[in-house]
Amino acid sequence: MQPTHRSSRILQPAKNWFVFLSLFVALGLAYIPTGRLPGVPDWVPLVLAFWCIREPRRVGMGTAFVFGVLVDIGQGAAMGQHALAYVVLAYLATSIARRVLWFPPLQQALHILPMFFLTQLIMVLVRLVAGAEFPGWEYFLSSFTSAALWIPLHFVLLLPQYRPVDRDDNRPI
Amino acid sequence: MSLAGHQSPPVFKQGPTPLVRLLVLVSVCLAMLVADLRFRYLEVVRQGLSVATWPLQMAAAAPVDFVRNAAVYFTTLVEVQHDNAELRRSQLDAAQRLLRFEQLERDNAQLRELLQMAPAPGVRSVAAEVLYDAPDPFSRKVILDRGSQHGVAAGMAVVNAQGMIGQVTRAYPVQAEVTLLTDKDQAVPVQVARNGLRGVLFGAGQGRMELRFTLSGVDVLPGDRLETSGLDGIFLAGLPVAEVVSVDHESQTFAVVLCDPVAAVERTTQVLVLGRAEAPPPRPQPQPQSAPLRRTERKG
Repeated sequence: MQPTHRSSRILQPAKNWFVFLSLFVALGLAYIPTGRLPGVPDWVPLVLAFWCIREPRRVGMGTAFVFGVLVDIGQGAAMGQHALAYVVLAYLATSIARRVLWFPPLQQALHILPMFFLTQLIMVLVRLVAGAEFPGWEYFLSSFTSAALWIPLHFVLLLPQYRPVDRDDNRPI
Repeated sequence: MSLAGHQSPPVFKQGPTPLVRLLVLVSVCLAMLVADLRFRYLEVVRQGLSVATWPLQMAAAAPVDFVRNAAVYFTTLVEVQHDNAELRRSQLDAAQRLLRFEQLERDNAQLRELLQMAPAPGVRSVAAEVLYDAPDPFSRKVILDRGSQHGVAAGMAVVNAQGMIGQVTRAYPVQAEVTLLTDKDQAVPVQVARNGLRGVLFGAGQGRMELRFTLSGVDVLPGDRLETSGLDGIFLAGLPVAEVVSVDHESQTFAVVLCDPVAAVERTTQVLVLGRAEAPPPRPQPQPQSAPLRRTERKG
């Protein structure tokens, strides 16, 4: 795996524990009670989309479903609301995985943004059909903040894979 | 496993295609949504899995707790003195009412005994604090710091000093989820304090409430106070709930009655969770259809 397909640098394979640790950290961030603050990024779909694009054989719709249900429980939302949206997101992310990796992170974020928007749209539609109140347009702000976080996230989650194969004691990472 | 958008040759086929997996998972999700929102079958699953996510939720709430405690720590002396003066004043006010209340309660018990009426239902109360708004942006709910271990149960009323603010809808072991009165799904059986007219109050959005299913000719005026009727067997009777703001008789059958909550529903921190000390008496068995007919026959 390379950082992007245009790069000539070969990365180490991502460790399984690191993939799932990052997903659980995202889940913990999603559990932080921020109340009605608009524009809080959706951490779980962000990390989920990252691994669906990077490691589509390891993280896919099944993982998305499990983490969606966990978010539903933690947030007291309707059971299946986040799960449904994340499964669709995982499907779309795996299906564009091969193409997106040809682009630099900024353009990857532009590919991801409509998918985050769709994720939120699915949740709004599900709850409106069930008779809930419309949360206001600022609700959709969080897909933009999530997409903006794609670039730093791309750097952070690739860091462990940047390590060289043979260890050098004089090198920090 | 084959990837979405990439057909693998049949030699390497492993498991169902991505589209099939997507459709299966989506239908599972839709089934769960219907089971949860329509029939409430998944409460047991939710309670069970919430035990597993509990440590992570506690860890996530820790920074928020820290910020809240730090904010309390750094409140100024002036604010505390101001609060203190306010509390002294309200305590004096409450004390004289409390003296009369005790006497009235004794009188009430004696009168009920004389008339051989059933005693008024006892009250079970738990003092609690609102921790934060529930993260679900589609509903108006808050989380309390007391749960089923402290005696909070689903269905209990939540009040502050002014009046009712909501109802406990889910009781977790050490926290409880309260649906506020202004939530669209929340209904409270009420009566008009002035004339005892009964109705059901629903949340209407934008912090308002609506007295639905009120016939258009009925005697409700702006300024009327609404209190719980206690007819549901869950709430205590006589808790102040709302005040009528406007009445629109224009439609033919039902009047549109908009109300404002009495209490500051969405800005309260200290609350009291109230419930009945004992379960309400069982509902009477429905009479067989023929019974009243026979009685009239005998009379005639």
